[in-house]
Amino acid sequence: MQEILNTSALSIEKSCPGRRGVRVEKSLKPAEAYLPKDVLRPQAPKLPELSEFDTVRHFTALSEKNYCLDSRFYPLGSCTMKYNPKAYDAFTALDSFANVHPFTAEVCVQGTLKMMYDLQELLKAITGLAAFTLQPAAGAHGELTGIMTAKAYHAARKDKKRTEVIVPDTAHGTNPATANMGGFTVVNIKSGPDGCVDKEALSKALSERTAVVMLTVPNTVGLFEKDIVEIARMVHASGALLYMDGANFNALLGLAKPGDFGVDLLHFNLHKTFAAPHGGGGPGSGPVGAAAHVAPFLPKPIVTLKNGKYTLSGKMPKSLGRMKAFYGNIAVCLRGYAYLRQHDGNTLKNVAEKAILNANYIRASLKDKFPAFFDRTCMHECVLQTVPAQMNGVHTTDVAKRLLDYGFYAPTIYFPLIVPEALMIEPTETENKEMLDSFIAAMTRIYEEIQTQPETVKSAPHGQCVKRIDEVSAAREPNLRWK
Amino acid sequence: MFIPHTSTEEKEMLARIGVSSVRELLNIPQDLAYPHLDLPPALTEAQLTAHIKSLGALNKPVKNFIGAGCYEHFIPAAVNALSSRGEFLTAYTPYQAEASQGTLQTIYEFQSCICALTDMDVSNASHYDGATAMAEAVLACVRINGRQKVLISSALHPHYKEVLHTYLQHFPQVSVQQIPCQNGVADKQAVEKMLDEQTSCLVLANPNFYGQLEDAQTLGELAHAKGALFVYVFQAMSLGLLRTPGSYGADFAVGEGQAFGNAMHFGGPGLGLFACKDAYKRQMPGRIVGIAKDKDGKRAFVLTLQAREQHIRREKAASNICSNEALCALNAVIYLTLMGPQGLKETAELNVERAHQLADLVSKIDGFSLKFTGPFFNEFVLQCPVPAKKLVQKLAKKGFGVYALEEKELQNCLSLCATETKTEQDLQDLAQALRGI
Repeated sequence: MQEILNTSALSIEKSCPGRRGVRVEKSLKPAEAYLPKDVLRPQAPKLPELSEFDTVRHFTALSEKNYCLDSRFYPLGSCTMKYNPKAYDAFTALDSFANVHPFTAEVCVQGTLKMMYDLQELLKAITGLAAFTLQPAAGAHGELTGIMTAKAYHAARKDKKRTEVIVPDTAHGTNPATANMGGFTVVNIKSGPDGCVDKEALSKALSERTAVVMLTVPNTVGLFEKDIVEIARMVHASGALLYMDGANFNALLGLAKPGDFGVDLLHFNLHKTFAAPHGGGGPGSGPVGAAAHVAPFLPKPIVTLKNGKYTLSGKMPKSLGRMKAFYGNIAVCLRGYAYLRQHDGNTLKNVAEKAILNANYIRASLKDKFPAFFDRTCMHECVLQTVPAQMNGVHTTDVAKRLLDYGFYAPTIYFPLIVPEALMIEPTETENKEMLDSFIAAMTRIYEEIQTQPETVKSAPHGQCVKRIDEVSAAREPNLRWK
Repeated sequence: MFIPHTSTEEKEMLARIGVSSVRELLNIPQDLAYPHLDLPPALTEAQLTAHIKSLGALNKPVKNFIGAGCYEHFIPAAVNALSSRGEFLTAYTPYQAEASQGTLQTIYEFQSCICALTDMDVSNASHYDGATAMAEAVLACVRINGRQKVLISSALHPHYKEVLHTYLQHFPQVSVQQIPCQNGVADKQAVEKMLDEQTSCLVLANPNFYGQLEDAQTLGELAHAKGALFVYVFQAMSLGLLRTPGSYGADFAVGEGQAFGNAMHFGGPGLGLFACKDAYKRQMPGRIVGIAKDKDGKRAFVLTLQAREQHIRREKAASNICSNEALCALNAVIYLTLMGPQGLKETAELNVERAHQLADLVSKIDGFSLKFTGPFFNEFVLQCPVPAKKLVQKLAKKGFGVYALEEKELQNCLSLCATETKTEQDLQDLAQALRGI
């Protein structure tokens, strides 16, 4: 059937000159009465001209073209797409938190400051670290904060030859990019045959030039670094610091404290482990924790409690400085705080245990068709593969696109880089068994399709609002805005 | 909490895996596993709701007259009604483009609106905030021309200066020099002297931290005459009315976009706006959405130019940034769509009027005067007869939020902002409170 309504029309294409959305109070005098004419723009910007109703229709229609967690399962590895509690939406909308200017006198913002202080304390309690900053705006921003904190630590010790950061080949792509942005040279090390850090390779890479070793725990193949205590000892013996990428902390909540195994610096993603929504790509929040000897170098300010008053004015003479304007993504911090207050040690432990149970259930259920790269129990996520010999020319990316047709988002694919044709699956604890069974059934069905009708899989998706997109041509002649 | 498993299901699942308890699945060393956590008791949703409200009640509501990089504007109800839809709120980064056309199209429209507002060629999908966007623009300039000197206006937001300092820490060869101010704007003679063939870029905020409008035309020309790049830090709402970074020849235009449809939230999340000339788009950090076609030739939206990014380039990436502030950008594009060119202009005009009415009122009070005499948009600096920090405390008690400038040369100075959210009565009330001190 030919389309009558153009469902991918841009707002500017629906625009009608003179149509108005909201009505605004008019000033008594024109701008020229207050400002010289030469500072005014001669032409209004080319923004859409729609009514309020047009606007509501336009964005509602766009929302319907999105896959989202509220309606479907997101098995995305390393992304921790767990349920985002609705109560927290209401908290961030409260005027008493939302409508507060960051430069308001501290005496008037004790509620927000107390929330921030208590969140710092809760994060300390679950990690065993000495201090936390809430400033970083996202996970990668937290990594950068951690790396720069380490740099300030070494500089204060006049230890200036430490120019290298060691990153295992299983690391998130942000880790090497972060190290580079922090002014370090990246030294990649290969993982051992068991998927964990190869201690020999680490030992060879460590030297008096090593500033930081960045480890993701559990790592990106879903395994806990079994030798973490010894690794920490080796790192410290060489004078370097151990940085833990805490993006996968959902596997460790209540099960292990990074402070116990010698982590010096760590970042969290409040939008992963602590149930804040992803919002289609942000805003996140990436608090960074530090052990006592590194804590003085964290960015400033940090909320402190002085004579019963919460304040941001505490002195931090050794601090690395400031990572962003103001104090952090406080609306996201409020969600993380709410999540932690809804849990205690036992329920947090249950979160991690059920996340691990769900991941292993999927691994065990699919192992005959999509085997795990490392055939052993995993933590909160499992890394499966498509085995080329059984795939009839179908690749992992095709499986991912075909899953969309069955109503599932795709897992993280082709990551970690050491696993060929990887499918990285993280179900999280909030998915029920029926949903996992449905996902397993869809994967099984796709496996059967690959054997009998591989073209269907290769040309997927078929049921989305658009078919397979030619991404290469988009980059060759970029169209990045309306003219 | 939020866990659906029944004990029967747990047993079935364990049986499928082939173990008898979750503990058997753990590969955490025994001596590290199951530590004691010292946490307060878990709250129910009802208890939590009461608790959060009681925390909120510890925040004392004030009539806010602070701008300084974070602005209180009216947010039409449709903005949050649309952006809080689960389809937007709980979606992941649009990596699977075919299932994320909604988010991708909103970002394309956002980029288009930012280009239209700034008269720049391209915009990214947004950055953490204005300060980090500015710092990344400076890094891009140094990458582009390899020059090692960065000139910044001393009238930049102090936090922006601090963030730039942080981001440049690992470029010891890059020096930052501050341009002195005269009457609250960059001293042009000083700029001429400081600019040289080693200058990578000139960074100018307009309006600046004191609310003053700079001679951006001349300053941009001076920078370009020495082959330096021009980084323009704009104030989002002002672009409804004021001349654009593009019209002044800016190479990079960055700013804080929170003013468009996002609440203040104690300063975060912000919305970093980042636009540049076409020639520099491959040096731009962060996500960018472009138009593509699907295999039937139908219009589709995708993340593009990804060869700049960390997940492809790893340590050779332009930046380590991974996320954007998608939800804040969504608020902004909905806001701009609702306002349209006329609504935005009228809002900006009302900001100008309110701020000028306030300036007129308070500068007539005995002992108070405007610190600077140049044109301003919606905020200005007020010279006071007493220490400004004391005024902040006294006005807080009376229910007003104002900000004392920290700079040594601006002792006894308040920064005041009046947006369209303030009525003429509000302005009178603040003036009355100042008179009473």
